[in-house]
Amino acid sequence: MFNMTKNVVSNLLHKSSTRLYPFAVRGHFEGFRGTLINNVDECIFCRTCMLKCPSQCITVDNKAGTWACEAMSCVYCGVCVDVCPTSCLSMTKEHRPVATERQTDFHQGSPKKKTKKVEE
Amino acid sequence: MARTILPFGPQHPVLPEPLHLKLVIEDETVIEALPTLGYVHRGLEKLCEVRDFNQMVQIVERVCGICSCLHALCYCEGLEQIMGIEVPRRAKYLRTIWGELHRMHSHLLWLGLFADAFGFESLFMQFWRVRERVMDIMEATCGNRVVVSVNVVGGVRRDLTAEQCQWIEQQLVIIEKEVRQLTTTILNDYTVKKRTVGKGVLSKETAYQLGAVGPMLRGSGWAQDARMTGYAAFDEIGFEPVVEHDGDCYARSTVRFRETLQSIDLVRLAIARMPAGETSVNVEGALEDDTPHPIAGGRAGTMQRFKRDKHARPADVPAPNLDLPAGHVAVKVKGKPDGEAVTRVEQPRGELMYYLKGTGAKYMDRVRIRTPTFANIPPLLAMLPGCELADVPVIVLSIDPCISCTER
Repeated sequence: MFNMTKNVVSNLLHKSSTRLYPFAVRGHFEGFRGTLINNVDECIFCRTCMLKCPSQCITVDNKAGTWACEAMSCVYCGVCVDVCPTSCLSMTKEHRPVATERQTDFHQGSPKKKTKKVEE
Repeated sequence: MARTILPFGPQHPVLPEPLHLKLVIEDETVIEALPTLGYVHRGLEKLCEVRDFNQMVQIVERVCGICSCLHALCYCEGLEQIMGIEVPRRAKYLRTIWGELHRMHSHLLWLGLFADAFGFESLFMQFWRVRERVMDIMEATCGNRVVVSVNVVGGVRRDLTAEQCQWIEQQLVIIEKEVRQLTTTILNDYTVKKRTVGKGVLSKETAYQLGAVGPMLRGSGWAQDARMTGYAAFDEIGFEPVVEHDGDCYARSTVRFRETLQSIDLVRLAIARMPAGETSVNVEGALEDDTPHPIAGGRAGTMQRFKRDKHARPADVPAPNLDLPAGHVAVKVKGKPDGEAVTRVEQPRGELMYYLKGTGAKYMDRVRIRTPTFANIPPLLAMLPGCELADVPVIVLSIDPCISCTER
């Protein structure tokens, strides 16, 4: 009985343990794996992320210079970010917004041209 | 008396996962229980034929959401055994810390669900409120709340900074205080005891004969725990299992409750004893850039607030030794797994066993996973006959069933 009273009083004096959700949103911590983004200008279309991805959601065409990620297949493990040689892949700490249709994150860049050595 | 067959599950309010039991009942008493499994089979073991051994780390993590870190740990330890990789000591301690955090959040989740099984909804919410703090620690240190993806073959992907270690310890103080507040309710409450004491008794001999694992076995008086085999850093930290002798639902919930508190101590111990140094070795074909990306240390505001907490860690406790720059790649290990290994790891639900076989190729030949719930179903079927129908949810939940684990 005494325990109960103590709890009731302390609960009355403390502020609410829940958040008023739509108005107060809990942010994410730094380093949270939220959304995968590709800075396509720096991408060299080396296909490392495509080969390492465990869910095989990334498709890279190094001839056409396209990089596509099926957002619904991605498991947000962050392996591609770790292996990216140019660090053009990164993850933001915000979730992808709710979608009603299948989304593909498509990027068109310029493929790296092979530079011919100028003969002397 | 006429017998009735009553289906229990696969969709049932107390069951988090689809387990189907055919209960043969006479009046209100259960005579026999027949299980049906196979509702969530995903064929993850077969995926080892099309995903290479490094990608499998992420796949085995998804066998079970709740104990993802421990699945990956078990798999990685097996591969390291096959390939002869010596994991840096710091990585072992980090694996221990994240493994124990997983145990804490799993037990808190179970204690909440268990309270919900006998209709104590406010207790359920209290436990899950405490659990959020553990989830926060995991989000701040690993980058995700549940599927943490920190283990790789040869080490771990992330590191803990001194600041983060301090913040974790501050959080642990709060968690311990809040968990202890709930002791009286979950362990001494008259109504709770009425629903748990003497229900679903599993005797010491039966538990051993039917091969129960984890809290089921320890609740029946056997001091057996895979952590005693000294995987990760447990060989250095030392470990003593929690044992209860009654073998009923109450004993099993006591084991889990005490293990939660024990895990808090183990995390503290691991942080205090964690040596400085590398966090992973470079395995050829694994992540080429194995450098973990140390993160800034959570939300600055939260950190500030808890630094002023009166329960903050006293200054005379030696700070964790974190002088050396972290994230070095120590040795380079080449080759593909060639050989076989069996590894055992203590999951929150019991002992997890992996059998791995590689033939020197990129793809594993066989990955066999035996999860604790698979081992705990025969004891469950032995506990059910003779109980009342109203006690079935409580007894089923007391094994902490994880069906998607079992069916993989």
